Amino acid sequence: MAVTDLQKQSSFLRNTREKLIQIALLLAATVSILTTIGIVFSLLSETIAFFSEVSIIEFLTETEWTPLFSIKKYGIWPLLSATLLTSAIALLVAVPLGLVAAIFLSEFASDNVRRTIKPLLEILAGIPTVVYGYFALTTVTPFLKNFIPTLSIFNSLSAGIVMGVMLIPYVASLSEDSLSAVPNSLREAAYGLGSTRFEVATRVVAPAAISGIVASIVLAFSRAVGETMIVAIAAGQNPRFTFDPTVPVMTMTSYIVQVSLGDTPYGSLSYYTLYAVGFTLFLFTFILNIFSYWMVRKFREVYD
Amino acid sequence: MSTQERLRDDAKEAAELITSIADTVDRGSGNLKWRHFKGTILSVLGWASIIFGLGVLAILIIDVINRATGIFTGGQNWLTWDFFNNFDSRFAQRAGAKAAIVGTLYTISLTILFAFPLGVAAAIYLEEYANDNWFTRLVEINISNLAAVPSIIYGLLGLQVFARWLMLGRSIITGALTLALLVVPIIIVASRESIRAVPLSLRQASYALGATRWQTTWYVVLPQAIGGILTGSILAVSRAIGETAPLITIGALTFVPFLPRNLFDIFTVLPIQIFNWTSRPQDDFRALAAAGIVVLLAILLTINALAIYLRIRYQKRY
Repeated sequence: MAVTDLQKQSSFLRNTREKLIQIALLLAATVSILTTIGIVFSLLSETIAFFSEVSIIEFLTETEWTPLFSIKKYGIWPLLSATLLTSAIALLVAVPLGLVAAIFLSEFASDNVRRTIKPLLEILAGIPTVVYGYFALTTVTPFLKNFIPTLSIFNSLSAGIVMGVMLIPYVASLSEDSLSAVPNSLREAAYGLGSTRFEVATRVVAPAAISGIVASIVLAFSRAVGETMIVAIAAGQNPRFTFDPTVPVMTMTSYIVQVSLGDTPYGSLSYYTLYAVGFTLFLFTFILNIFSYWMVRKFREVYD
Repeated sequence: MSTQERLRDDAKEAAELITSIADTVDRGSGNLKWRHFKGTILSVLGWASIIFGLGVLAILIIDVINRATGIFTGGQNWLTWDFFNNFDSRFAQRAGAKAAIVGTLYTISLTILFAFPLGVAAAIYLEEYANDNWFTRLVEINISNLAAVPSIIYGLLGLQVFARWLMLGRSIITGALTLALLVVPIIIVASRESIRAVPLSLRQASYALGATRWQTTWYVVLPQAIGGILTGSILAVSRAIGETAPLITIGALTFVPFLPRNLFDIFTVLPIQIFNWTSRPQDDFRALAAAGIVVLLAILLTINALAIYLRIRYQKRY
């Protein structure tokens, strides 16, 4: 064989190998799309099976959720109200604390303080949620009982508060990022006109970073809605339509945990309820995620 | 739009900005001492929120260690050799976390095996191969959305797809596949950042020597990016170690008094064992749960220390 033939052959092999590798890498990237399709398809197929047995009107209007009792009622409201209640309490804790911490770290603290404190705060987001659930049930609830004697052992108040502490770094870190991204020329302009540091931070920098701040809050809300172990351990297993934070309630996620722990045969109606509730949860967080994505895009101030 | 118009627009925008800043400054004028004092108040509140958050963390850790070992207020030490060497039991004094610790080890090893190559390969594709077209954008939006899907939804996915359709049942392999899907987006995001930080000049040098795209990626880009890829992947793994909800959903059991015999066996993991002990009303089981938490946090601490070490070790400046 001539040398050129050999070269041709080796360059053919080389090109084939390159192509094969590229296809393999492309397939790996496609897995993420398949995951989403898998999620939507598996949730949807079982949810459709659920709604072939239970009317969607009952699901949306009934105020009782008793699929495991003899008189079965399938109203999503008790689960939805509990989810919103625990999330609201969590946001009441996480948003003010996280925002104040973010403004402080970005506008007032020295570089050294910021570099030390930010990773420390992020530890809070790395603690497994089952640990927070344990802490809420065994430490926070007994502590709160000193002030609220009527507090039940399981309640949305302590679950919500502990969830809020967990969410502080989500709000603080993301908001701090968008505050830091505001260019210094804006601060300097405001200082030049005689503003104090507080005025620069609250009236110039914070409004300029508002899209990132709102996005961080929406993402924290989405986390709170999907949070499972804290509420499953500390908020109770009693589906009731109430906004009283001192009594046991059951969130959408707690319901999924409760049914999963039992022995649920495939094809039974209670198996389908898992997916109907899961689909509602997915829709909820999906809308929040899209909203925060859109917020950032739409209201982002672009500086050269 | 002509350059002139654009310049006019820019000037108008700048004028508006200056007016608005001047307005806010006007409104703020008054007692200068009070205006500065508001900054001090904000600093104090900032410190207060940080101390509150870190204080809760400190109380949590001290409280759990105390419940597990009785080191501060006295009481039984549950963190003994028996805890690591015994299986779960109906009697707290005889119960241990052996099955859970081994289960976590198996599940997480498999998760890494599935997720690491997949995540890094996807990241390489997106950074080194993909053109900027609709498919790439779809994959990107999709990954950022997947990272925000609640973990319990992945559990429902795993239950339906792996446990039922692929008939893998409530096995270790189902658990590992589910956790792998959960952490792949995190690995992709971290790996992409690290690959992107490798300067273009290195790739160009490699191409100039006649290397193919894959040779450049494998011999030039990846060795430079590996530090960041490993750090991000380790943090993703630490997320998987602490996950409870998706594994409960796919049907990992809460009471397993034996070691898994193979990858298709039923199993439990440390967080589920902790959850199980927590949900029993007796104080002894609560103490066992605390011991489990101490072990879990110690594992996570070690792993995160490793990640920080790798980050420093491979830190590069160009």
